[in-house]
Amino acid sequence: MASFGKSFTSNARKALADSELQRALLNVKRGFIVKREMAVEKLPEFDQLRAEARAIKDHTLSHLDLYLEAYEERVVESGGKVHYASTAAEARDIVLALCRGEDAKRVTKGKSMVSEEIGLNAHLEKAGIEVVETDLGEYVVQIRGETPSHIIAPIVHLNKEAIEADFRRAHRKLPSTRKLKSVPDLVAEARAVLREKFVSADVGITGANLLIAETGSSVVLTNEGNGDLTATLPRVHIVIASIEKVVPTLEDASTILRLLARSATGQEMATYTTFFTGPRRDDDPDGPSAYHVVLLDNGRSEMLGSVFQDMLRCIRCGACLNHCPVYGAIGGHAYASVYPGPMGAVLTPALQGIEHARDLPNASSFCGRCEEVCPMSIPLPKMMRAWRERDFAKGGPPLRERIALKAWAYTAKRPRLYHALTALIMPLLAWRAGRRGRFARLPFGKSWTRTRDFPAPQGKTFHQLYAKEKRSAPS
Amino acid sequence: MTLAPADAKQGPLVGLFVTCLVDLFRPSIGFAAIKLLEAGGARVEVPLIQTCCGQPAYNSGDRADAVLLARQVIDAFERFDYVVAPSGSCAGMLRLHYPELLAADPDYAKRAEALAARCYELTSFLVTVLRLTKVEASFPGDVTYHDSCSCLRELGVASAPRRLLASVDGLNLVELADREVCCGFGGMFSVKYPEISSAILEAKLRTILATGAKTVLAADLGCLMQIAGGLAREGSSVEARHVAEILSGMTEAPAIAAPLRTG
Repeated sequence: MASFGKSFTSNARKALADSELQRALLNVKRGFIVKREMAVEKLPEFDQLRAEARAIKDHTLSHLDLYLEAYEERVVESGGKVHYASTAAEARDIVLALCRGEDAKRVTKGKSMVSEEIGLNAHLEKAGIEVVETDLGEYVVQIRGETPSHIIAPIVHLNKEAIEADFRRAHRKLPSTRKLKSVPDLVAEARAVLREKFVSADVGITGANLLIAETGSSVVLTNEGNGDLTATLPRVHIVIASIEKVVPTLEDASTILRLLARSATGQEMATYTTFFTGPRRDDDPDGPSAYHVVLLDNGRSEMLGSVFQDMLRCIRCGACLNHCPVYGAIGGHAYASVYPGPMGAVLTPALQGIEHARDLPNASSFCGRCEEVCPMSIPLPKMMRAWRERDFAKGGPPLRERIALKAWAYTAKRPRLYHALTALIMPLLAWRAGRRGRFARLPFGKSWTRTRDFPAPQGKTFHQLYAKEKRSAPS
Repeated sequence: MTLAPADAKQGPLVGLFVTCLVDLFRPSIGFAAIKLLEAGGARVEVPLIQTCCGQPAYNSGDRADAVLLARQVIDAFERFDYVVAPSGSCAGMLRLHYPELLAADPDYAKRAEALAARCYELTSFLVTVLRLTKVEASFPGDVTYHDSCSCLRELGVASAPRRLLASVDGLNLVELADREVCCGFGGMFSVKYPEISSAILEAKLRTILATGAKTVLAADLGCLMQIAGGLAREGSSVEARHVAEILSGMTEAPAIAAPLRTG
């Protein structure tokens, strides 16, 4: 398995050379894409729902302050507490303070990309708290010391043989002769190990797929039920969510839920969809005694009203990753970003600054499939281009690239000069290629010819030939 | 404003946007386009004031140059009834991106909108505007067809080239698996991220070869240079050609990246 650094280009190279990773990535193509297509075909009103969901989010985002206040009021009414964090560091500190206040030794966690975004696990562990990821994929990632490579399928980069090896290494107390070849074997072992952690945790932390202003609820979708055990068994439930997750009503939530699982995994609904509203009430059979929500901004409020506002409609289904040819070629880790793929290419520069993530929006062929499958119709290529413009304005592209572009633009804006130059160069190039019709090597075109031949021009340019034909034509 | 060729004595006046790649690398596509447009009843002119639609600048984040090139194209082409390009990518640029690029330009915003509405990719123009349903051409054997992302997703052009190809004598179209997947060209992407571009191409080549067709066609020379370059590198005998070459019956020139015939 390749190890990845900060350089996108060298990461991509490593990923392409990693045969195990390449084998695992075939599952994205075979699995998610086909299943989503089938689910969408079965729902004639899918596009209608998309339009409705988009309108819901656009409306909410234009009144985000109001809906966040309403949400907070309902949370407080139901006995919970809301904490606002404007930065990742603030969010980490709030969660740590809550855990310390409970004298927590062990924390269980449901899957949460926001917790990845703020680097929560490392922060809690440094303070001596044991953190246990309970989503199977996240758990594997944790025992491997990795990060998720996909926003809904954290270990899509792995094959089951690798996971078997990880389990044998991590679960040393179990007999080494045990059978651990099949997926059900692996799931059963993880379940047994995690069960013990669930019942002994002091604090449970979950993310949220949606927050509902009308009721003060947070909604968590899982296929393993681990979110429910994380939220209900410990004394304290902490929800961490970014501010754009709020929607006005239960009705709105259900509209979005009809799109989410279908777009993500091709399921009609996730196996578990749970609405959490405050701590345990007097007549509840179970539940936590305290309920906290940490709302994270971390750059999002600056996206409001900007060209990037539409990105805040994202519901983290991962469809854009699954359908992206670049993601499909290199996987998630090469992006060196919590959020990979097209949605990450737009969101990451907003969170970290374009100067720290310039390759992400640049490394796209603009094939447009991400936007086509996005259930929230987010114009991802358009926003990637907007990042490229900011990157270009800041002098981000390599000097060589900028000089070449400017030299080309200079002539392209002067048609006569352009035609004169190309009328000299193209026949010369054609002559140089000779009868082969292509170049296996080009002095200034190595980035093309290292992997592909470069087709030779036919000879004279169209404009040369056309001018000649017009002169000789008897018109 | 729009002239239906059926009831106009003279067909509509079409400005051919040659595209920079066709101009520089494969003029035969330009002449094939003219032949097809004239066969469909259009009068064709080719303004000399044209270089490139500006996409390399636009997609590199150089908006200022993209704006200047867009204005240059509008100045040269707004006198025509229609603008037609033998490329989904360039037609998409004029049709969808110029209005966005010039939206805040007091002199050009409306003109960009007006031009965009009259701008077409070649095969879709032949079928939807000129109502051409068949062509006089023969190309016996199996061919396969690559839909460029710009044709497919920006312009929604998929049936027009197929409809015309169906009228070519002897031609049998074998569809590609994963038709909607990119070939990895992406303009400057192909040289800025060559390894990724080539990995995407690799998957496309496998699906092309799996059809068993001897020829792969597309409506965009960018994709075709990528595909032909990949096929040539692995020594494949599968030929890549622009769809207009087949539809016009102009297949004398060697295929893209193919050696010149001897004798």
